[in-house]
Amino acid sequence: MANDSEHIIEVEDLVVKYGERTVLDGISFKVRRGEVFVILGGSGCGKTTLLRNLVGLMRPHSGRILVEGRDFTAMSDSERIDVRKRMGMCFQGAALFNSMSLADNVALPLREHTKLEESTISIMTKIKLELVGLGGFEDYLPAELSGGMKKRAGLARAMAMDPMAIFYDEPSAGLDPIVAAGLDALIRNLQKTFNLTSVVVTHEIASVRLIADTVCLLNSGRIVEMGELVDLEASQHPFVRQFFERRPEQEGDDRQDYIRSLTGAP
Amino acid sequence: MTALGIAAGTTGRVTLNALHAYCRVSVLVVDTLNWVFVQPLRGRGLRVRSAVSHFVEFGVNSLPIVALICFLVGAIIAMQSAYQLARFGAMQYIANLVGVAAMRELAPLMTAVLLTGRSGSAITAEIGTMKVAEEIDALEVMGVNPTKFLVAPKFIAMLFAIPCLTVLATFIMILGGYMLTVFVLKIDSGIYIANTISSLSMKDFVTGFTKSIFFALVICWVGVYRGFQVEGGAEGVGRMTTSSVVTSIFFIIIVDLIFTAVFFF
Repeated sequence: MANDSEHIIEVEDLVVKYGERTVLDGISFKVRRGEVFVILGGSGCGKTTLLRNLVGLMRPHSGRILVEGRDFTAMSDSERIDVRKRMGMCFQGAALFNSMSLADNVALPLREHTKLEESTISIMTKIKLELVGLGGFEDYLPAELSGGMKKRAGLARAMAMDPMAIFYDEPSAGLDPIVAAGLDALIRNLQKTFNLTSVVVTHEIASVRLIADTVCLLNSGRIVEMGELVDLEASQHPFVRQFFERRPEQEGDDRQDYIRSLTGAP
Repeated sequence: MTALGIAAGTTGRVTLNALHAYCRVSVLVVDTLNWVFVQPLRGRGLRVRSAVSHFVEFGVNSLPIVALICFLVGAIIAMQSAYQLARFGAMQYIANLVGVAAMRELAPLMTAVLLTGRSGSAITAEIGTMKVAEEIDALEVMGVNPTKFLVAPKFIAMLFAIPCLTVLATFIMILGGYMLTVFVLKIDSGIYIANTISSLSMKDFVTGFTKSIFFALVICWVGVYRGFQVEGGAEGVGRMTTSSVVTSIFFIIIVDLIFTAVFFF
């Protein structure tokens, strides 16, 4: 593609609704080629919804998503498939196909999208699994693996087609700190080795400190603050401070308001 | 006035829901036919190995239970027929009744009901579990069409498995009737065989066979549709699997009624 611009993904004024409820309200940002872009936010702030829109699993209500300068939301099905072949996604629960061995899981995109010989596919599968530290586990079924290993295997599958960008949904959720740190290091390594653009959705501050180039903090469907990690650490915005200092939500400043909301009195 | 309002509202809502379901099923049907018959010709591939393994699962592995049930049902029809025919001294016509009932009606129906319970539910549970575990999303993100990957192989397998099973089930059911009539009711074997052959026509075979093909379509599409409808965890899978079996049997009976009427006239 001739379009070798600096930005690989551009989101312009994205609005997403579930029925009448607005989940994302006017989101705009740009992801530079080869950076780790972290979408940070609390539970229910719309960060997973944002990711699902970025990979095209959901259609936005309005706004545009440009992938390498082309509008992803307005593409024909075959164009979208072509773009998807060059994107990888790591799901929160890994989403490996349970009836298939790890090797078959990783080989699936290759078998579906390429006409490679079975012997070549087998070698490429081995390489991808070794890349994520799962060499020798080719014949294991997903059910025989631990949570961290499943996520690594999901990453190997996402890497199968040598994507230009990779999307992670809560990579460290449900993992112990050591395994989570290992996964963070892996995300960093892949990004450095292949200059791989990575978009990571997470709520883990610890992992953000390890991997992020740019951080975008979401709250209630809007971007609160965006910039490099140091900028966010220095920010005086109350929500940013609260999030980074792990302070709980203030319980009803005004007890009267709370009682009124319960009783429905004006 | 309010009662009328509620009645109107309910009617409207039910109609809208039915129309919505109708649209979604139509999309599924067109999509499946597209990926089974059109896209493979354009070189977009068909997962033949998956279709074969599903055929083994739906067809070959169902054979023992289908054979056993159909054998017993054959014996049951023979006994029930004998109960009435004995009063007229027309026991030799048991063969005719068993033959026609098995070929036109009971073999296709029993096969379809058994396969609904055995394979239709499995299809719903498999697709539903994959949906809950984000595996369907994973396919989409990889640019692999879920219809091509999951539905088309099951569709082909079902379309071959049920007619094959039905033909076998017909013979086994007639055999069940034969065994009971000849060895328990002591009717002459030669008469039974001669009567069976003379009573059955090509039309009877076509009736049963046509029904079985449409039963296969019902089981596959209901199973797949319910599977994709699953929302929210293991409980959703269970609910939709139950619903899949009930819906499927309901539509099998409807289809059966339609085709019986068509071949009756």
